[in-house]
Amino acid sequence: MPIRPGIDGHASLCPSYKAVCLLCVWLFLPFAANAAVLPEERADTMYHSYSGGGVTIDGPSVLVRKNIGDSVSVSANYYVDMISGASIDVESTASAYSEQRDEYSMSADYLVDKTTMSLGYTNSSENDYEAETVAFGISQAFFGDMSTLDLRVSYGSDEVFKNGDESFSDVAEHRRYGFSWNQILTQKLIAELSVETVSDEGYLNNPYRSVRFVDPSIPLGFSYQSEDYPRTRNSDAIAIRAKYRLPYRAAVKTEYRRYADSWGIDADNIEFRYTHPLDEQDEWILEGKLRFYKQSGADFYSDLFPYANAATFMARDKELSDFSNTSIGFGVSYRLPDRWSLFDRRNTVNLFWDYIYFDYDNFRDVRVHDGSTDIAVGEEPTYSFGANVIRFYWSVWL
Amino acid sequence: MSRSLLFIAIGLLLLSGCSATPWVQPYERHYLADPIMSFERDPIATGYMNHVYEAREAARGAEGGSGGGCGCN
Repeated sequence: MPIRPGIDGHASLCPSYKAVCLLCVWLFLPFAANAAVLPEERADTMYHSYSGGGVTIDGPSVLVRKNIGDSVSVSANYYVDMISGASIDVESTASAYSEQRDEYSMSADYLVDKTTMSLGYTNSSENDYEAETVAFGISQAFFGDMSTLDLRVSYGSDEVFKNGDESFSDVAEHRRYGFSWNQILTQKLIAELSVETVSDEGYLNNPYRSVRFVDPSIPLGFSYQSEDYPRTRNSDAIAIRAKYRLPYRAAVKTEYRRYADSWGIDADNIEFRYTHPLDEQDEWILEGKLRFYKQSGADFYSDLFPYANAATFMARDKELSDFSNTSIGFGVSYRLPDRWSLFDRRNTVNLFWDYIYFDYDNFRDVRVHDGSTDIAVGEEPTYSFGANVIRFYWSVWL
Repeated sequence: MSRSLLFIAIGLLLLSGCSATPWVQPYERHYLADPIMSFERDPIATGYMNHVYEAREAARGAEGGSGGGCGCN
């Protein structure tokens, strides 16, 4: 049985929970886009891949959305993460592994005049983590459809297990409350304010993860012990984004988000995007993106604790450290000519590539101790790596 | 007395809000109706990128709930 030391990049704190919550947001995305109309009827089939830091996570995703009558829209999604490789955490403390996460979700939207209500359900399953989430959202257009208010709540319930330890079992609960205000500002400018509060309770760390502490009793100079996180976490995030239509047919988007939580983590990210169709028929649409992210680490994070059991709460999860990342991305969408289009409908083929460079300030690369080295414990080089992210998908408007 | 005046002032302000007219009329939203003006054109791709970031960053939430555009279709 492969020993999974935890995060390998596919999730940091509560892997399945995060994915499930994101999916709920994702299923509700169409709401405010056109609050007084139902979302577009379409089917998307995607191959996704993340490769970096010694890990590859890829798989398919299929999302179908269809109307029933004039006021109901239903959607279903099947998403798979196939994980393989050996991240730095794996190389440091355990063996490489592979596993799969399957996620099913469905939602229904009900439109009444300028109000859309939705219900969603998501189930995520892997061999040591089960997660279920239900979500409710309501969206209201007003002020001549210049403004759209969007409220969302969700509740998630997880069961956490540990491979190799049949006696281990714990639970976690997650509650999310989101609010968005979308506003048309001018004929060429639209903006949105989003606020979201998340409350977690239960087992929030990863049962495979370890912290490092100084141990003079062994030649290596350090040892590992299990991580221990607080059993509650509350976070707030606020984001503002705007999109502007340039004097020629192209658009720029900018977005800023500020984040803070009860674990002492503060984060900011900013993104710029440029969208440029090559012709009036939208046969080709090009897109470029830049994104910057920076965070301060959790209060109980340390790369190297001074001794065993040095604190009540301890973490050495690199996602809880001080770090920054920079992303650059390019994408192209191609609308297939009628002679190639299936079902006589609008068909597009899309390819997006992103490169993300992660640079950790206080997460050190202990692999230098694998060979002979003069580097002292705690003086190892800080870790950094680059990752490639691919999205390749085919869309059909039904 | 001052409290009553305050309530009246707030009431008048709210009433004036109801009577205000949208400053961008539906027929003036052709730029906003362009698909390139959506905040996110393809939900399947947006959801995946949000997942990629949230799995590797501590920050979470406020990813956005709207697609932009003109609200008119």
